[in-house]
Amino acid sequence: MSQPFPYRKVYGTAMILAAITLYGLLSALFGDGVWDELSWVALSVPLAVIVWKYSRTSRQE
Amino acid sequence: MLTAKKVRLWYRIHKWTSLICTVFLLMSCLTGLPLVFSHEIFDLSHPHVEDDDPSERMPEYASLDSIVAQGKLKYPGEKVFSLGYDDDDRLNVYLGMTPAWNARPDERHTLVFAAHSGRYIGELHLKHDFLFTMLRLHEEIYAGLPGELFLGCMALLFVVALVSGAVVYGPFMRKLDFGTVRKDRVAQVKWFDLHNLLGIVTLAWALVVGVTGAMNTLVLPLFALWSSHDLPQTLAAYKNVPLPTHLSSADAAIQTAKAALPNMEVASLIFPNNVYGSPRHYVIWAHGKTPVTGRLFDAVLIDADTGKLTIVKGLPWYLRALEVSRPLHFGDYGGMPLKIIWALFDLVLITVLFSGLYLWVSHRRAPIENALDKFVELEEPSAAILPSGMEAR
Repeated sequence: MSQPFPYRKVYGTAMILAAITLYGLLSALFGDGVWDELSWVALSVPLAVIVWKYSRTSRQE
Repeated sequence: MLTAKKVRLWYRIHKWTSLICTVFLLMSCLTGLPLVFSHEIFDLSHPHVEDDDPSERMPEYASLDSIVAQGKLKYPGEKVFSLGYDDDDRLNVYLGMTPAWNARPDERHTLVFAAHSGRYIGELHLKHDFLFTMLRLHEEIYAGLPGELFLGCMALLFVVALVSGAVVYGPFMRKLDFGTVRKDRVAQVKWFDLHNLLGIVTLAWALVVGVTGAMNTLVLPLFALWSSHDLPQTLAAYKNVPLPTHLSSADAAIQTAKAALPNMEVASLIFPNNVYGSPRHYVIWAHGKTPVTGRLFDAVLIDADTGKLTIVKGLPWYLRALEVSRPLHFGDYGGMPLKIIWALFDLVLITVLFSGLYLWVSHRRAPIENALDKFVELEEPSAAILPSGMEAR
């Protein structure tokens, strides 16, 4: 085996997004009011990443 | 570090688990979309008390006994089955009536009353109801408990597909930056990148919805087990007590339940019957008032003859765990913005499913496995496991 597999590069961002998602899912479950709002912000992050990544690659062309 | 052989195995797991569950998953995603907004659609298409009607927001609630009496006038030949408040703002009371205790849900009648004034509002018709149809498709594909358990198995396959997808994501993305979408390449590559991006970004959400979806299919059988096994044990002493000839007041029963559980809110009352609960008791379901305890139910059994409290019974831990996790499947626990977010995640998942199907169809002539096979034959480590057309840059 030549080099160790670059886990951090390949899975790092995904893990952070998963943690943010789980926080968003639980925040609204165990709290109301501001916890709901924090949940909306957190769960918007993965959706925003999709829009950002998808639009970014088109501009590079 | 994955060897080429292992990547091929994980890839096969991903392919086959996905292929088996995709059709049912698509159906679940499509029917689930309107169900996220079921509360709003329900208010649009069903009789209910207007939220802004001040005469319906009095401090006192109407007598439930008078609501029962109105129901009996409307359907004199039927049995009164249940009373329930809506779980939103408790402005509506639903009175369930049935021609027979073992009647099908669509043979029963549900009458809507204003909770405060006791005014008759209308009747729910579920037979050709859009939401009811969506719900039955989503929960049991019109096949009852077997259908429900089958969909539970599909949900488990979906979870396996997600985990194996995340595993094979690694070797395929080794040389690419996170979230790269090579739009200038052929359609296959572009859709492959999109499948990867959408799949990995929404992975946690999809896992949670998949696991809670599988768990939800267990609620009904486990609840039936509890109420047919646990409850009769509790009520064994009552076995030889004669059935009540007249029923004590439903209002009084609710007052007794409230006194027994002062910090809880009464959600519903089931009348004595020999199918659910007890033939000699009112079963009153109450829940807490905070976001979490609001999902935890206790049952209060009231002797229907004397109106006296028999027992307060909490649900066993496994049903409580299922109750708390249920909202994580529906996304209806954080206001309208969360519902919209849920719908967007749902649409992303639909795109992942379609792109996965497209990739499988378009690779049928030259399956990705063939390329992976070559690597296994060469016994080459997974340094560049990227089949033709999929290589980085």
